[in-house]
Amino acid sequence: MLFEYAIIGGILLGIFYALLAVGLNVVYGAQKIINLAHGDIIMLGGYGAWELYYTYHISPILSTIIVIPITVVLGYGLNRLIAPRLLKSADPEMLSLILFFGLSEVIEALASLVFGNAARALPVNSIPTSRLVLFGQGYSATWWVSASVILPLLGIFLVFLNRTSIGLQVRAVISDAVEAAVAGINAKRISGIYFGIGFALAACAGVWGVFIYGGVSPTEGPAITVTAFAIIVFGSLGNTVGTIVAGVIFGIFYQLAQVYIPSWSNLVPYVLVIATMLVRPQGLFGRRQRIA
Amino acid sequence: MPKLDEIDRTLETESKGKRLISPAVAALVPVVVFAVGVHIYSNELLLTYMAIYIALAQGINIIYGFTGYLPFGYFGFFGVGAYASGLAMLDYNVPPVLAVVIGGVAAALVGALLLPLFRLRGAYFAIGTLAASEAIYAIVSNPSLQSITNGPYGLNLAAYYSSGTAYGTAIALAAIAILAASYVRSSKFGLTLKAIRDDSYSASMSGVNVPRQRFYAWLIAAAIAGMGGSIFGWSTSVFYPQAVFDSSLSVLAIVFALFGGVGTVWGPTVGTVVLYAIYNAIGVSNPQYFQLIYGLVIVLLVLFAPRGLAGLRQIKSRRATTVGAKND
Repeated sequence: MLFEYAIIGGILLGIFYALLAVGLNVVYGAQKIINLAHGDIIMLGGYGAWELYYTYHISPILSTIIVIPITVVLGYGLNRLIAPRLLKSADPEMLSLILFFGLSEVIEALASLVFGNAARALPVNSIPTSRLVLFGQGYSATWWVSASVILPLLGIFLVFLNRTSIGLQVRAVISDAVEAAVAGINAKRISGIYFGIGFALAACAGVWGVFIYGGVSPTEGPAITVTAFAIIVFGSLGNTVGTIVAGVIFGIFYQLAQVYIPSWSNLVPYVLVIATMLVRPQGLFGRRQRIA
Repeated sequence: MPKLDEIDRTLETESKGKRLISPAVAALVPVVVFAVGVHIYSNELLLTYMAIYIALAQGINIIYGFTGYLPFGYFGFFGVGAYASGLAMLDYNVPPVLAVVIGGVAAALVGALLLPLFRLRGAYFAIGTLAASEAIYAIVSNPSLQSITNGPYGLNLAAYYSSGTAYGTAIALAAIAILAASYVRSSKFGLTLKAIRDDSYSASMSGVNVPRQRFYAWLIAAAIAGMGGSIFGWSTSVFYPQAVFDSSLSVLAIVFALFGGVGTVWGPTVGTVVLYAIYNAIGVSNPQYFQLIYGLVIVLLVLFAPRGLAGLRQIKSRRATTVGAKND
């Protein structure tokens, strides 16, 4: 009984984790930038949902869509600002790590100045509250509501990536930016847009993070970044579908740990990232070429 | 190729005498300043912390500045040292100074245990060490281990408190760390490390035992952090696990080192003194403003001065020499 609960709950929760991690992978995508501020973008998404709910009485489900254009523009602007200098340097991947780490500190500081240090939460009745009953077990409303908003969102993202013209250009730039530019693709613009989409996915995850984590606070960023990183390393860096599957598996692991060894469950992401890096550094779905 | 320049300079322009004197000066000046400083500025605990941070920044310098491996999880060694020395004092009644050495040894042992992380590179190594240190923290602070580590409730070392000795030990540690960094900079060992950093494949082709040299640098850096943590715990007397396993410890050490300039001997010392002083002037009452400032400092450093203060100075002196050459 407990086991089924952990598995089904883990899958519902895992869909949230898939969205949580996929944005980090997208930002990594075209320019090999490691966004250590990922968790802080998620945190900003959470505050966005909070403000939209309390100032304009907008349902978090709708906020999930509203935050997208805002963050795409923000991400695009940031990318155009830093990418030229960063990509010229000797070791862009390492420097991006340090740069975004600095950015994460800036965002965290600004957030605590603007919103204060106390955590903020949204009322449970801002989304549907009925529990989902499956095989005689009840599952919390936040789990199934978030999963049923996030699943279509991930679907749209995959369709965008695989079936649209911009998506095709994105994939071309990821596989070889120079060749793509030769073929007439504006690689800088495409990289910038894709970077912005990565931010948008993070912000969407942030809206639901308020419910899953039971609130949003300025200092939550770095821990979320590590979790997201664990998931994308597990599911292979740069592999979108791999990340989504890895997110769901992570959710199941985490739920199993919560049920059977609760006091050790916060070790799950760390053990997962170290074990993956040491045992199968290319991740679940990776080819054996990444240097890691 | 600025990196080759740098190696040429170390090998050619520094005569043997200078090679012996300059590390001594680099270590002696801070020692004298700290010894005198405590009579002028009486907040001894703050100066102790500053000396510990100098040691940590030099530890980052040794492992990142000379090998290119950036350990985000550096704080793990700090925490291990604090706990190993604290438990040595509490459980076995070891004298504090000896306990500090034990803390360093324990951290080095954990460093040896984490050696497989060197299979990772760049960002993966950075995040791998972070995950490892967070895991150590989760284990040490786990309520299930309360009988051994006192779990989330920390250690109380008040019985061993002795302000003067702790301060002296902290200064000694800073001096040791500076000497270690200057040894690494001017010795053949340091040269092999830099060769590994710039091109590990070519280095191994030239007969450098890459894993072993890197391992030594890693152990030195780990031991320094372990001793730093030990002195921190000892001089703070009562600490909770989240105070010694605090990721902002590695953050600050990395920022201090980068700000001053890694790969140099003076850079991390100067960077620590300047930024830590600012931190105490504004950071204690308004931590967010300080966080904002050092976050911006990092962003600007990466974009405009990736080699820190020392880099700025070098550019200036190089310009001066080119002007001189033209005049000839």
